[in-house]
Amino acid sequence: MADLAIRLPAAAARTRRVRKAGRLQITIGLVLVVPIVIVAIAAPWLAPHDPNAIDLLHRLAPPAWSAGGTGDHVLGTDHLGRDILSRVIYGARVSLVVGGLAVLGAGLIGVTIGLLAGYFRGVFDAIVTMIAEIQQSFPFLALAIVVVAAIGRGVTNIVAVLIVGGWILFARVVRGETMSISRRQFVDGARALGAGHTRILLRHILPNVRSSIIVITTFNFAWFIISEASLSFLGLGVDPNTPSWGQMLSDSRNYLALAWWYPAFPGIALVALVLGANMLGDGLQDRWDPYLK
Amino acid sequence: MAGYLLRRIPRMIVVIWGALTVIFLLQRLGGDPVALMLPDTSTPEQQAAVRADLGLDKPILVQYLVFLGHFARLDFGTSYLQQRPVADIVFERLPATLELAGAAVLIATVGGTLLGSFAARMRRRWPDKVVVGGALVGQSVPTFWLGIIAILIFAVTLQWFPSSDRGGLSHLVLPALTLGAFSLANTTRIARASMIESLSAEYTQTANAKGLRTSRVVGVHALKNSGISILTLTAYMFSTLMGGALVTEVVFAWPGVGRLMVDGVLQRDFPVVQGAVFMVALVVVITYMLLDLAYTLLDPRLRRT
Repeated sequence: MADLAIRLPAAAARTRRVRKAGRLQITIGLVLVVPIVIVAIAAPWLAPHDPNAIDLLHRLAPPAWSAGGTGDHVLGTDHLGRDILSRVIYGARVSLVVGGLAVLGAGLIGVTIGLLAGYFRGVFDAIVTMIAEIQQSFPFLALAIVVVAAIGRGVTNIVAVLIVGGWILFARVVRGETMSISRRQFVDGARALGAGHTRILLRHILPNVRSSIIVITTFNFAWFIISEASLSFLGLGVDPNTPSWGQMLSDSRNYLALAWWYPAFPGIALVALVLGANMLGDGLQDRWDPYLK
Repeated sequence: MAGYLLRRIPRMIVVIWGALTVIFLLQRLGGDPVALMLPDTSTPEQQAAVRADLGLDKPILVQYLVFLGHFARLDFGTSYLQQRPVADIVFERLPATLELAGAAVLIATVGGTLLGSFAARMRRRWPDKVVVGGALVGQSVPTFWLGIIAILIFAVTLQWFPSSDRGGLSHLVLPALTLGAFSLANTTRIARASMIESLSAEYTQTANAKGLRTSRVVGVHALKNSGISILTLTAYMFSTLMGGALVTEVVFAWPGVGRLMVDGVLQRDFPVVQGAVFMVALVVVITYMLLDLAYTLLDPRLRRT
């Protein structure tokens, strides 16, 4: 009895911790990501200027609150007099569309391959594992640079490159979990009741891998957004006339001494979105697997 | 142990071969370099002559075999633009990249292990939360933006460090910190998780029960066992780090292989890109081998296999 009295508070604290696990990160993540999504959707109504409107008379104008700034350009202007706030707002669209499409494509391909490889094993599994290992030991950005240089820039090509680089993480994790779940009794039970492979994979295994897939989706989304911005920064991203954060940061490098606001605001937006996505992933991971912490 | 290393070699050759094949195919898709090398006024005959000179008129399979044969002999061809052997150009640039990557790995591994162990000791108290939060932010800041901001603050405004080129230690500080930051954040998180596990393991409790000082328990018993997972991460991290090095070299005008590759792509100088990519793959693969060696030193169980 005395033993129980000593252990109870600790157990209660642990349950409380488990129930609260990840809540803070999930909240911060949503607070960062949701407004950016809303801003991207509502860009035409929120942006004070046309993001591509050139105004050479007001080049590199500082933000409204610093000396020389005007309320007309709240976050200042770039080297062609374009409104930075409007470009940051429209830039959110590029990041979200590229990141979203890439994560969708990589997820579909990676999860399918991972399920099949983990469930059926054999030659297919061996080939997938080998390709994944080779690709992972080579710097993705180097591969992406060469691919984009060959097939050209633009949203479709960037998304394709990111899918090629990103399916592996999905496939690896799903494969591993499928392998262990396949051995569980409820799968044998389903098979004994006459369920086919398709039914077992989709109705019995997939739902059990779901939480991992969601966690990887958020991490991969963050990673895709960084990669798109990096490629745009190197001059190998989306079309240079599209306002994208990476492209803005690339242009800003020549004006660092003149205009701190030029690299600052697109970068802050980029970090906020990536941090939000990472926080969400981290929080969800804690929530579903609290003993990892 | 020798057998263990020998078994790894075929896989490494496959990695390099895979990288070369992809690059060969992609670059042949990428457009005609002859148009870039000759002035607009050149005649079709002149263009055909240059193409024949470079071997670009042969069937693609022949080009591929010739290409692999050359790489097997470390002959990377001649740069289209500089008219010099690519091997010379790449080896000139290699020390700069190794210097940068080495410094970044050092910062990430040493810093990450210290920060992670500290956070693990302080688990669930506020210093732990600060470190964990900082690591999450560190993983979310793109390397190139960090570089730009570092230049803005420390080179342009404060003028503490130079913003570009390679030189003494002062030139290395900003690029190495920029490149190391992302990996530092990663290592910190893994080191923390691993140390939490080691600190609750039975051998740690035994060490505590024997009355060893905490510093010895943490620094020797727990850390030695966490070292393996930290090393594994370093291996995984290294190819990401080499990718980051490409961007960092561009931001800081660092004369390394990464910038050579980016410039080569933009100028369609195929042989230079191929040589640079080969070199990156080689560096990554050799690093993996060295790490495997380090494993066997840290984990005696592996020596017997």
